[in-house]
Order: sequence, then structure tokens, then C-alpha cells
Amino acid sequence: MALGDSEHAGTGTAELPPTTSAPTVGDLFRGFLLLGLTGFGGVLPLAHHMIVERRRWLSGQEFTELLGLCQFLPGGNIINLAVAIGMNFRGIAGALAALIGLIAAPTAIVITFGVIYARFQSDPHVVHMFAGLAAAAAGLLVSVAIKIALPLRRRPIAIGIAVICLAAIAVLQWPLVPTMLVLAPVSIVLTRRIGA
Amino acid sequence: MNATLTALAVIFTQLSLVAFGGGNTVLPEMHRQVTDVHQWLTDADFAALFALAQAAPGPNMMVVPLIGWHVAGAAGMLVSTVAIFGPSSVLTAVALRLWRRFKDNEWRRAVQAGLVPVSVGLVTASAVLIVQAADHTWILLAISAGVALVATTTRLHPLWLLAAGAVIGWSGFGQ
Repeated sequence: MALGDSEHAGTGTAELPPTTSAPTVGDLFRGFLLLGLTGFGGVLPLAHHMIVERRRWLSGQEFTELLGLCQFLPGGNIINLAVAIGMNFRGIAGALAALIGLIAAPTAIVITFGVIYARFQSDPHVVHMFAGLAAAAAGLLVSVAIKIALPLRRRPIAIGIAVICLAAIAVLQWPLVPTMLVLAPVSIVLTRRIGA
Repeated sequence: MNATLTALAVIFTQLSLVAFGGGNTVLPEMHRQVTDVHQWLTDADFAALFALAQAAPGPNMMVVPLIGWHVAGAAGMLVSTVAIFGPSSVLTAVALRLWRRFKDNEWRRAVQAGLVPVSVGLVTASAVLIVQAADHTWILLAISAGVALVATTTRLHPLWLLAAGAVIGWSGFGQ
């Protein structure tokens, strides 16, 4: 399993400009294949790492905006993001390459895990290892939430909307569709009027 | 067998089109369909498959190919995978074309900027829910907190942090 590659430049965490040359169909397939292979516990943390920080296909702002569109549509957010990025750079061929790249390896791995787990599920070490892995994956998702929330820090109304959304989904556990149908238009109108 | 494959295709196509906000939102309905309506899996089977899919790499909908494989072998896996990922992907591709056509349109900019706070709220909500689901003991909570801190303040590859979590977990310390 490839742990970082030659493109892993030691640049700082400041806003990085996107690259000028668009990725090819092959680049898209390889990029998302690597994401699928290494994206333990959800791909979003690694997707941000690869697309914004390492390969710089999109700027941080473009990433958040495209993710916003993908979250608004049905389907897995990262699945939609792969389709959208593929489509964006190389049309339907790019979308297919990104999508197939993203799901091919995880599908094979998850089936293999199913077979292995069925054989070793009585071993406490295996159970504990999966628990530790899941906990680390949860920590990565917390880090992504912090990273995408930070640009809002001087925008009180935007923070308010994000907090209401968080409370509605995570605390009150309201259904997503009606919550989005109310919050999205409110957020759009407020952002436009006040420049929040 | 054909009836089973058709049922898998119908169920996952429907779930694909109503999965607003990603895979976690349709888990209750998926559970109802495969354990209750069709009785392909027991409750315990479903929970085990879901845990495996979380531990495996990839998008969080990877439980779907695993259910397909469990229910109807390789054909079931293929049908379920295409059904869960296909329809939403076509919708995304179409939506993106419309989105790009209005690239410099003033309302598109407003919609795009306005969706950002909602998007931040949804990702934060997922993080809260995943932490609640994953961290049953103090050591697991400590792993999550440590990983969150290191991942936020450094550019260390996330795979190293996952490996560290797996090793600490394997030791059984605190569990």
C-alpha cells in the first residue's frame, strides 16, 4: 500500500494555489484509486489531503464549494465528489474513471475482510484492533470538521447556521431532507443579504 | 436467484436516490429492508457487516457491496454496487452541468456561498455521530482526540495515524 508518493512536497499549511494543468483521465483514475485504497474510516479526510494539499486539483475554497453541492445531492458525498471532479476536468470519461477508481479497491478489500473476519471474529486482538482503527478514523473526521470550519471564524452568522445545522442533525437527530430544505434557503438568503 | 437480484437492484436504486447527506442517512431504511422486509440477514449479521465496512478503506457506503455479496454472491455484489452508486452519480453529473452553465451567474454564487455554512454543519455533525459510535472507552476517546490534534496541526499522512490507532487497539490497553 503506497504511503505518500513523490509528489508529497513539504509545503506549509497556508492556502495553496491549484495546479495550472488539469488532471488527465489516467490521473483521475490513479488519484481516486489511491484514495480508495488508503481511505480507512471514510475518504473525506484523505480526499481533502490529496485534492487540495498534495495534488492541488482544487483550492481549499473550490473544494468546500464543490463538496457543498455534492452534500446537497443524494448519494455518498465522496462518490459524488469523485463524479463531480472527474466530470469537471474530463467529462463523462473522467467521471467514470474517478468513480471506478474510487470504489474498485474498497469493494475487493471489504469482501476480503468479510471472509477474514468470519474466520477470526472470536480473536479479541482482532476485535480490539478494529476498535482502535475506528477510533483513529473518527479523530481524522473531527480534524476535517475543524479544518473546514476555521475559515468561518470571523463570520458570526455563518457560524450560527453551521451550529444550528449541527444541533439539528447530531443532537436533535432531525431527518436530513426537511432540515436541509429549511436551512439551505435561509443560509443562502442571509449570506447574500448580509454578506455573512 | 433472479428475483433476489431484482429485489437488491430495486432496494439500492431507491436508497441511492434518497440518500441526501450520504450513506449514514439511509442506514435505518437499509436495515429495515434487508433484515425485516426480505429477512436476508439477522440483526447481528447487519451490525457485523456494518462494522467491517467501517474498518475497511473507502467511502462509507461500502457496506452495500458486502450485503450484496452476503445475500447473492458475486452477482449480488455487482448488482448492489451498480444500484447504489449509479443513479446518484448520474444525477450528480447532470446537476454539475447545470451548475457550470450558470458559472458567472449572480444567484449561483449566492447559492454556492450560502451552502458552505450548511456543509460545515453537516460534516461537524457526522464527526460527532462517528465519535459517539466509535468511542466506547476512555482509550478509544483518547485515540480520537490525539489523532484529531495531530491531523489538524501537522501534515502527517493520515494512514500513519490510522496505523497507530490500530496498534494501540491491538494491544488491548484500556479496553
